[in-house]
Amino acid sequence: MKASKVDKQTYYRGVRMIPYDLLKEVTIAMLGVLGVVLILSAVLSSPDVPSVTLQSWSKADPVDFLTTATGELGGSTLVATYGPPYNSGSAAAQSWGPLAPQQWAGVHVPVNAPNDFVLEPLTQATAGDVDLASALSTYQAASGDQQQKWLANYTTGLSTATVAADGTVNVPSGDYGPVSVLMDRMLTLARSGGLDALLLTSNHFYQTDFTRPLLFLDDGGYIANLATQQKLIGSDWGVMNETGRYPGSAWLWLYTMWYQIPPFNSPTGFLGISAANTDLAVVGVMLILTALLFLVPVIPGLRDIPRWIPIHKLIWRRHYAEIRQAAGTAKE
Amino acid sequence: MIGSETPSETVEPSATTAPGPVVEPETGWTASVRRRVEKTLPITELLPTKQPAYIGSWVYVFGVVTIAALFWVVLSGVVLAFFGSAWWHVSSVGHFFNSIHFWSVQMFFIFMVLHLWGQFWGAGWRDGRAKTWMVGVVIFAISVGTAFTGYVIQQNFDSQWIAINAKDAINSTGFGGLFNALNFGQMYGLHVMLFPIGVTLLVVLHIIQVRAKGVVRPIDDPMPVTP
Repeated sequence: MKASKVDKQTYYRGVRMIPYDLLKEVTIAMLGVLGVVLILSAVLSSPDVPSVTLQSWSKADPVDFLTTATGELGGSTLVATYGPPYNSGSAAAQSWGPLAPQQWAGVHVPVNAPNDFVLEPLTQATAGDVDLASALSTYQAASGDQQQKWLANYTTGLSTATVAADGTVNVPSGDYGPVSVLMDRMLTLARSGGLDALLLTSNHFYQTDFTRPLLFLDDGGYIANLATQQKLIGSDWGVMNETGRYPGSAWLWLYTMWYQIPPFNSPTGFLGISAANTDLAVVGVMLILTALLFLVPVIPGLRDIPRWIPIHKLIWRRHYAEIRQAAGTAKE
Repeated sequence: MIGSETPSETVEPSATTAPGPVVEPETGWTASVRRRVEKTLPITELLPTKQPAYIGSWVYVFGVVTIAALFWVVLSGVVLAFFGSAWWHVSSVGHFFNSIHFWSVQMFFIFMVLHLWGQFWGAGWRDGRAKTWMVGVVIFAISVGTAFTGYVIQQNFDSQWIAINAKDAINSTGFGGLFNALNFGQMYGLHVMLFPIGVTLLVVLHIIQVRAKGVVRPIDDPMPVTP
């Protein structure tokens, strides 16, 4: 009879049964784990590095902030050209051969970088600011080529800009059109904390969606520099790390590992897998591995590994010792 | 009332000659489920007082300590949820409860992985226990998702950086619009409600499976053949 079909009495036939107190075991486990957790909590605490705001960014690194804002206005940042689910770009759209789920899913969290990150917040801040209103009108009335020319000039100017003691950014003179006024107000708005609120604005009183401010932060270099200092970037196994000397998501070690090795981190790649589509490839590999783990009991070979590598001799060493002892006694 | 015209029990009018209540076979969904439960998991199996001697191994500790850690994860999470998502940033008591939550989660994963490896090397899926293994793997996968949503709702630098990085992987699968790591409200709801309920219910199912089938026998220790 198959062991899987018999009742427990039959299954345990011939097995030595011992007294067992389930509730006592659970209680001891509860108290033991609580004790360890309390000690770790009291001694090591937990990480809580304050979040970055657009305000703190614009104060700490105003040139980076302005460079990013200029890029958003010109539509040249990563988010501006990202692709689904934010827009119809393709800069971050990944595929593997004909497999393109990101494009198939389409745009579901629409983000228009020039409008959402710059023009709309400035428009809302024009009250009483004639110069800003005029600059916005001039910019929006200009041709696309003219806008790009102003933005390119201003970006070049930013590369040699200096920051005054009061935090204002001095950009060398140039043909910036209305862009210098727009960016000056963007910086003022950000330093006041107003931009943090304006990027959250929707038609609702309550706000819980931080997609826009996080994407804006992502386009800048400031938050990435902070992450680099904390060894949190991808090439430092960043996905499984966290700030400070804490264990982080150690359970993601296998997922993170793929990002560190070819072809997943290679510019040229292999079999169509490279750094360009590394996320899709790594997620795919992990899905396959998870499916294999799930199906271990029904996959010949995989399910036999524990029999071939006899770690079970260690797990049940006392049991096997008893069997050997019993066999020895029977011979005598 | 459904079934009121066919009472399951009747009592004879004469107390001197009556043999006692006449019990008709119980029918219906309730009776069917009860019989199934009684057969699958009688109370003696749910709360056993005897177990096979071969469970005297350190490997069997990992399952129960995983459940113990989960208990403290949920309890500390309930306290954090009760006082609101910003509480632990401004209160030392709140920060201590966050630390309890944090370290309980670390313990939970350490013990769960050790339990998983222990069951792998003991081939715990043998003798009709494949579904038990599979439910365990699903628990592990949902736990990873639960921990991820927990990391991105901390409202600190880690939350921002993890969400920013993770979005690319999620977006690449086409699920970025459905599961937006940058949307705090969505992640909060998933973390404090749906995912913990899913993990807890599956853990209960996992325990029932283990109790109903019993602990698998050691490898190369075949069940005596039944004639």
